[in-house]
Amino acid sequence: MSDAPAISVSGLTKRFSGRTVVDHFDMDVPKGAIYGFLGPNGSGKTTTIRMMCGLLTPDDGTGNCLGYDILTQQEQIKANVGYMTQKFSLYEDLTIRENLDFIAQMFGVTGRKKRVQAALEDLGLADRAAQLAGNLSGGWKQRLALAACMIHDPALLLLDEPTAGVDPKARRDFWDEIRKLSAQGVTVLVSTHYMDEAVQCDFIAYIAYGKKLISGVAQEIPKMIGLHTYRVTGPDIAALEAALKSEPAVVQVARFGAVLHVSGTDEDALKALADRYRAKGPHHWEHKPAELEEAFIYLMTGAADNFRGDPK
Amino acid sequence: MSAGFSFFRFSWRRFLAVLGKEFIQMRRDQITFVMMIGVPIMQLLIFGYAINSDPRHLPTLVEMADDGPVSRAVLMGMKTSSYFDFEGVVTSPAQGEAALRDGRANFVVLIPPDFERDVMRGLSPQILLSADASDPTAVGGAASAISGIVDTAMSETLTGPLAFAAQSKAPFSVAVHRAYNPEGSTSINIVPGLLGVILSMTMVMITAVAIVRETERGTMETLIATPVRPFEVMLGKIAPYVLVGYVQTGVFLLAARLLFDVPFTGSALAFFLGFNLFIVTNLALGFLISTVARSQMQAMQLSFFTLLPSILLSGFMFPFAAMPSWAQAIGSAIPTTHFLRLVRKVMLKGAGVGDITGNMLGIAVIMAVIVIVALRRYHQTLD
Repeated sequence: MSDAPAISVSGLTKRFSGRTVVDHFDMDVPKGAIYGFLGPNGSGKTTTIRMMCGLLTPDDGTGNCLGYDILTQQEQIKANVGYMTQKFSLYEDLTIRENLDFIAQMFGVTGRKKRVQAALEDLGLADRAAQLAGNLSGGWKQRLALAACMIHDPALLLLDEPTAGVDPKARRDFWDEIRKLSAQGVTVLVSTHYMDEAVQCDFIAYIAYGKKLISGVAQEIPKMIGLHTYRVTGPDIAALEAALKSEPAVVQVARFGAVLHVSGTDEDALKALADRYRAKGPHHWEHKPAELEEAFIYLMTGAADNFRGDPK
Repeated sequence: MSAGFSFFRFSWRRFLAVLGKEFIQMRRDQITFVMMIGVPIMQLLIFGYAINSDPRHLPTLVEMADDGPVSRAVLMGMKTSSYFDFEGVVTSPAQGEAALRDGRANFVVLIPPDFERDVMRGLSPQILLSADASDPTAVGGAASAISGIVDTAMSETLTGPLAFAAQSKAPFSVAVHRAYNPEGSTSINIVPGLLGVILSMTMVMITAVAIVRETERGTMETLIATPVRPFEVMLGKIAPYVLVGYVQTGVFLLAARLLFDVPFTGSALAFFLGFNLFIVTNLALGFLISTVARSQMQAMQLSFFTLLPSILLSGFMFPFAAMPSWAQAIGSAIPTTHFLRLVRKVMLKGAGVGDITGNMLGIAVIMAVIVIVALRRYHQTLD
């Protein structure tokens, strides 16, 4: 049982009024992992998550979540999954305690009063329990939402862009919390836009136009894409950046402070280019294996369309 | 997880939790709360006191070309009827016309020259009552009452030596019997009807808005992600408003009795059955609207859209029998129409359970249609 993946879906497809939003999506989420779900807006991340936790019925495909069939055992899935929506979706006109208590009742949590009190203390909100949820700041709302979807101690957490619109400090705290939960054996599937969050994940899947483009262990993603990178330092980097962008061998130029990360998929062509520029200019070119940052920029810019020779 | 998960389809615990949450929210949302109780009271006061389709004390001017005792008796009779308040005299037809035109008077009474003498001679002279009939409701009651008033005044005055003149009158009189409402008081007709309007207005709107609010604020997504069943959510959300409907009905019955002296002559059981069926029908309509509306604003607008026919075509404002047949057909499809008849029957005509089965059936058929459509729509919106 412990080897079975927490989520395993294949061929998942969803159409809304004739438009295919998710197209034959396959994914395995290992137990206890933090699985990052990346992709641009409207790529079908939310729809996929909703299908996996039994909120939406797929038009096609099969799968199971925590060992329950996503087509027939949606009730059992709901009872064991914590789902945090993109937008704050607790009751703004209920107090913090009332919100937690209400959600606990929905899940039939045993020893409810104690569990709610413990959650309030974990949150550090015990003394503000009587405050209306609507009066909380963005960061606090997000922590309350996390506490609410953990109130029934689910084995799987589905977080749909949980840190949108939250300040960096609160985001860091939030991720500390996620890692803590993961260490306790909770499987976490989190969708995000942020690169710095993607880097925190053990596994990554990238989705665009409803199709999965790539998935795997986070560290192996750059290698899977086949991206090669040179780091370039030297004077007048802005002019160089402009010049490099028109080179055919270069698929991407990203600037990190005073360093240019020049990437391409054709290793030999990129090497020839580096040699050419070394010969004529004062810049220092250093070959480095591509890292996740470059890989994500590569995926998130339109270059992803050409990936796997599938220009839609 | 408990094995009985799929066996016990309904969870009282979750239903009660939704119910409790709804009450807390209702208490916090003070404007809505005030509206739920305040609107019925306000409407009762407005419709009961301010609106009157048989108005009295209408400003009247007199042009007296003859001021003998008979003429004065006629005027006195008019005044005593309480329909006419004499505000002054005019001395020419032009003055009277001007007063009517600019609204200073609703009536101008002209007692023609030699009125008394012509009465004595049996020439049946005419008293001219010029009415501002641009608002027929305002002057209709008074105008129809005038000939009776005049006849009475005449017969009382023309006694003794003048009695021979009285005999020249037509030897019959028309008696109007205003059944169930002997005084012709508007409030006795309008107040029972008002219950239908108040309930259909608040019940439909509040239910629609309360459900759409969950979708609009995204909290419906949270609810759907929990094991709670749609049926538990719906019942939990609707039940508090049934209670609101009870409170409104209570307020209404009290006010009808204490403020307007509306009798309650029929069966309490018939009334109870009727208003429960009506409340549930309106909640179902609110639920139907919530499956169509995407925002609270839309829900509000759609509710108002259903309210207008309830007021205009149900027989609340205007007599149902006087409407053209196509309007009657539309009116028959409105639950308020049947409920109005039911309440008037029970409160004013002393009807029992057996007398209202037709009205109950009318409401029940409409409810069945609403529920079927609402459930079909609800299934569509799940995915």
